[in-house]
Amino acid sequence: MLEVKSLTKYFGGLAAVRDLSFKVEKGQIFGLIGPNGAGKTTVFNMINGFYPPSSGKVFFKGEPITGLKPNVVCKKGIARTFQVVKPLSRMTVLENVMASAFCRVNSIEAAREEAMKTLDFCGLTHRKDYLAKSLTIGDRKRLEITRAMATRPDVLLLDETAAGLNPTELDQAIALIRKIRDQGVTILIVEHIMKVIMSISDRIHAINYGQTIAEGTPQEVANNKAVIEAYLGEAYA
Amino acid sequence: MEKKKPIQKFLPFIILGVLALVPFVMDNPYFLHMIIMVFIWICLGQSWNLLGGFTGQISFGHAAFYGVGAYAGGLLAFHYEASTWWGMILGPIMAMVFAVPMGLICFRLRGAYFALAMLALAELLRLIATNWISFTNGSVGVLIVPTMGKVSFYYIAMGLAALSFLVIRVVVNSKWGFYFVAIREDQDAAESMGIDTTFYKLVSLLISAFFTGLTGGFYMNYMAYIDPSVVFALTDVSIMMILVVMLGGAGTFYGPAIGAVIMVICSEAFRVYFGSANLLIMGILIVLIIIFIPNGLMDIREYLKRRKYA
Repeated sequence: MLEVKSLTKYFGGLAAVRDLSFKVEKGQIFGLIGPNGAGKTTVFNMINGFYPPSSGKVFFKGEPITGLKPNVVCKKGIARTFQVVKPLSRMTVLENVMASAFCRVNSIEAAREEAMKTLDFCGLTHRKDYLAKSLTIGDRKRLEITRAMATRPDVLLLDETAAGLNPTELDQAIALIRKIRDQGVTILIVEHIMKVIMSISDRIHAINYGQTIAEGTPQEVANNKAVIEAYLGEAYA
Repeated sequence: MEKKKPIQKFLPFIILGVLALVPFVMDNPYFLHMIIMVFIWICLGQSWNLLGGFTGQISFGHAAFYGVGAYAGGLLAFHYEASTWWGMILGPIMAMVFAVPMGLICFRLRGAYFALAMLALAELLRLIATNWISFTNGSVGVLIVPTMGKVSFYYIAMGLAALSFLVIRVVVNSKWGFYFVAIREDQDAAESMGIDTTFYKLVSLLISAFFTGLTGGFYMNYMAYIDPSVVFALTDVSIMMILVVMLGGAGTFYGPAIGAVIMVICSEAFRVYFGSANLLIMGILIVLIIIFIPNGLMDIREYLKRRKYA
């Protein structure tokens, strides 16, 4: 479904991501983990088209999408959320989602219908007339997901959607991500909270300093020496 | 995007009807001139508001489109002795032709850098218009014989103002409107939602330039005289357009109209009562507005509503 091949990104002399390759199968929840600054968000930005990679390629459904602009990538079927949420503040929640739904439909009525369906699916209907800037952080994260889903993606990139949520919201977020997967959407998720990533991922890819250190099932990765070393230090490995 | 109360639905028609009757009861040419100026500024305010208020791209260079619109007709008359009314067609088209390269250059920049780049290009056009004497007649300007009376101009100006209202209302309530506001609120989010931000910013600029050029074309006909320092003016056109919108309320439908009324009345009244100190008083007024109602007069309604429910 989605494949990155020896992806590399230099910022000045610093290699934020170096020679990274992985493959996400259709219907999977694929976790991307790594300590702070490991290059996870940079990988997202390269898949989604915000940064052109220094070298390497991104394939979507077997077709190269490297270097395409974000709006084109989105239309092809890859939607994303932002780690630092970007609500369209002075629009209502419904308008936020409608603006996104226009990706697939053209008339106001169709966009509203599509938006209402997506809001209902993501459990945000009760907030539809609120201005986006008045939402709590939990609802803002949910709005990010709703907006991404309104573009009817095949692949959803989730960038730390669980960060900053309280335990109840966390369980709801996990339930929502599973529900999205059950719709047939492939999910690539970056996450720091181990409870989330370990419980929902089918496969995990761990990186540090922009390079692969391990890949496998959650169990395999959790027991991997290099991963423990990266997270807890050599003494625990 | 706004919900309408029944009164609001008919209000525009009532206002339009009353304005249509004005020339029948009032034939004071000075008074008609004032209302025509208000119509001109409504048109200019509406067009700046689409790009600045709804799409969030603050342009300090709209005099470029106004000047090009005015000179399109003026130069036809100057070189070929054609009617300046052709400027009403050629003006908006030429404004859009100039808008494409200006947009492609300036939209690579964001925020203050965009504003400054637009300002620089508009000043560039003013300098060309001033110094390319063989083509534009330089600072001597273009003078024509007025083609019709005040009352006819009054109705044409009213038509232009109504047209700008109507078109911008339709645009803002469409898919494009959602895209423009999304771009204003967060360009990166908009881009990742599948919105081609460069393209839609250009669409917004083109519509905006069209109406600014159209108004410029009308101005040429109405005043029967233009020169570069009048139609390519930085303060009297570019900045005045921003003030009209900011005063009334950026990103609202009626804001530019309210702003235009107040701005025209104020600048005229100050000129009469304060003589050469009128710009000083105008400046003080603007500072007060920015401090006390930063979101424009349209915001007073919201403010009162909030107090009521507080």
